[in-house]
Amino acid sequence: MNMETGNSIDNGVNVDALVGARSALTDAPEAARFTWRATCEWKNGTHTYSTVEKFFGLGGEQQHKTRFGFDADHPEIFASEDNGATPVEYVLVGLASCLTGGIATIAQYRNIQLRSVIATVEGDMDLQGILGIDSDVRNGYDGIRVSYKIDADASDDDIRALVAQSQKRSAVYDMLTSPTNVTVVVE
Amino acid sequence: MQTITTVVIGAGHAGLAMSKYLGDRSIEHVVLERGEVANTWKTERWDSLRLLTPNWQSRLPGYAYEGDEPDGYRDMPETIALIERYADLVAAPVQTQTRVTCVEKNATGYRVSTTRGEWQCRSVVMASGAFNKASVPAFADQLPASIAMLTPTTYRNPGQLEQGGVLVVGAAATGLQLAREIHLSGRPVTLSIGEHTRVPRRYRGRDIQWWMDKTGRHDESFEQVDDIVRARKVPSFQLIGSAEHEIIDLNALRDIGIRQIGRFVGMQNGKGLFAGSLHNLCDLADLKMNRLLDAIDAWITDNGLDQAVEPPRRFPPTQVDPSPPLCIDFHTSDIRTVLWATGFRPDYSWLKVPVFDHKGQIRHNGGVIEDAPGLYVMGLPFLRRRKSTLLDGAGDDARELSGHLLSYLQG
Repeated sequence: MNMETGNSIDNGVNVDALVGARSALTDAPEAARFTWRATCEWKNGTHTYSTVEKFFGLGGEQQHKTRFGFDADHPEIFASEDNGATPVEYVLVGLASCLTGGIATIAQYRNIQLRSVIATVEGDMDLQGILGIDSDVRNGYDGIRVSYKIDADASDDDIRALVAQSQKRSAVYDMLTSPTNVTVVVE
Repeated sequence: MQTITTVVIGAGHAGLAMSKYLGDRSIEHVVLERGEVANTWKTERWDSLRLLTPNWQSRLPGYAYEGDEPDGYRDMPETIALIERYADLVAAPVQTQTRVTCVEKNATGYRVSTTRGEWQCRSVVMASGAFNKASVPAFADQLPASIAMLTPTTYRNPGQLEQGGVLVVGAAATGLQLAREIHLSGRPVTLSIGEHTRVPRRYRGRDIQWWMDKTGRHDESFEQVDDIVRARKVPSFQLIGSAEHEIIDLNALRDIGIRQIGRFVGMQNGKGLFAGSLHNLCDLADLKMNRLLDAIDAWITDNGLDQAVEPPRRFPPTQVDPSPPLCIDFHTSDIRTVLWATGFRPDYSWLKVPVFDHKGQIRHNGGVIEDAPGLYVMGLPFLRRRKSTLLDGAGDDARELSGHLLSYLQG
């Protein structure tokens, strides 16, 4: 139930809490500083196990309800054991889940009832880059495509506007479309 | 030291409109001007610039257009002449060649220091404009020294530029206009595009500004709009004032061969980095334009005017290359000049009253600076209404703010 309009649009997003948080963080910009963390441990071969549990935000240490774990590996065609998704697939997962969560939030805010939202994500990569065959080829994706199928109580243009606004506000979309300084050290 | 009730800073259209109302309300005042009347228009704008609003819309308190080209757009000499005539018409007490160097609060009000003496006053209206300085991103100083850099306040015409390629950064009205004239001068332009606001010049037989006016959008108040912080940051409409009423948008620039790339986000080892989000920025602008046109269509229908005007239409979506370049190596590319059309900001370096927020912008409530009673600001984006930065917007803002100022004085 949206308190502002009193209607029954429900995408499971608490918009009032988000609007409240936005207003609170506008007045206290230092509390808006977050640090997200993950740990990653090598298992064997290209197999790694990563966990996320704690993060920093709102001025203090925070914690997920539970510790989440992620196996990453490479498929057997790379002579690996395929114990999990490849790291580059996790990037696609990050992008799609960020955009899709954003769509639900914005839809709630705009009083649009969603019935189903399905994203298909594809990233193109030329392995000549990571294999060092051709130094003119980059390592990473040279293009990523996201395709949405959305069933909602809204016009085509309103649905397109949801998807566009979600890109505008997405952290992962921003990280992939604009450069980010990355610092790696050995302790 | 001279004593006066009110000091108005800036003798552009906003300061002069304020002067008109202060005079009507018998509030003794002086208008201090750093240079001449209409100084910014005279000294800090490019040669080909014309107003983006039609002549009929250049309304000021006590003045309406009487010429025979109501749908034309004033060039710079005509704009300057208008503002000079208006200063005479309202007999504004302007003191020219008087640059304000400091405004301080004291026990009896404000002390205004200038290059020609000091004033003590009870109230100050800052009408020095929102477009004093060109905003340039911090990474601009990482461009190689071999690249010439200009801003819209230093650019006059393409003849100033070396032969060779030009990167124009910014796709609001300024960026688009300059990209086009530079490209047509034979210097191939690459346009870096961030958030922008696409509108057609004319719609259903009328200027877009006519619809903005008629439908009440220009008059929408800062208290009505959903998110005023966001509304104050919307880039200017992609418009040009020309005799042909032509559309200037990304498709039109693409058609003449201007290369289009994403937002300029940083420099790394002499290379410019550009965001891969251009498609979405163009989608956002297309969708937003269509929402505006939908609203105009609805207003026309609600007012029973469908038969009186041209039928509705929609414009082709913005064409974007599938994979625009993400990087320009300034050491090897043909680009010789970078023109930063990345917006303007006001200059309040002389204001020594603590009224700034953490981003250095003046905290105000529709132009009323509540942290400093008696201090007012004009001409900022969406100050009191959507049209606040337009010539046409100064009158209503000046009327209301001068009313507030009078109550304050009578306090």
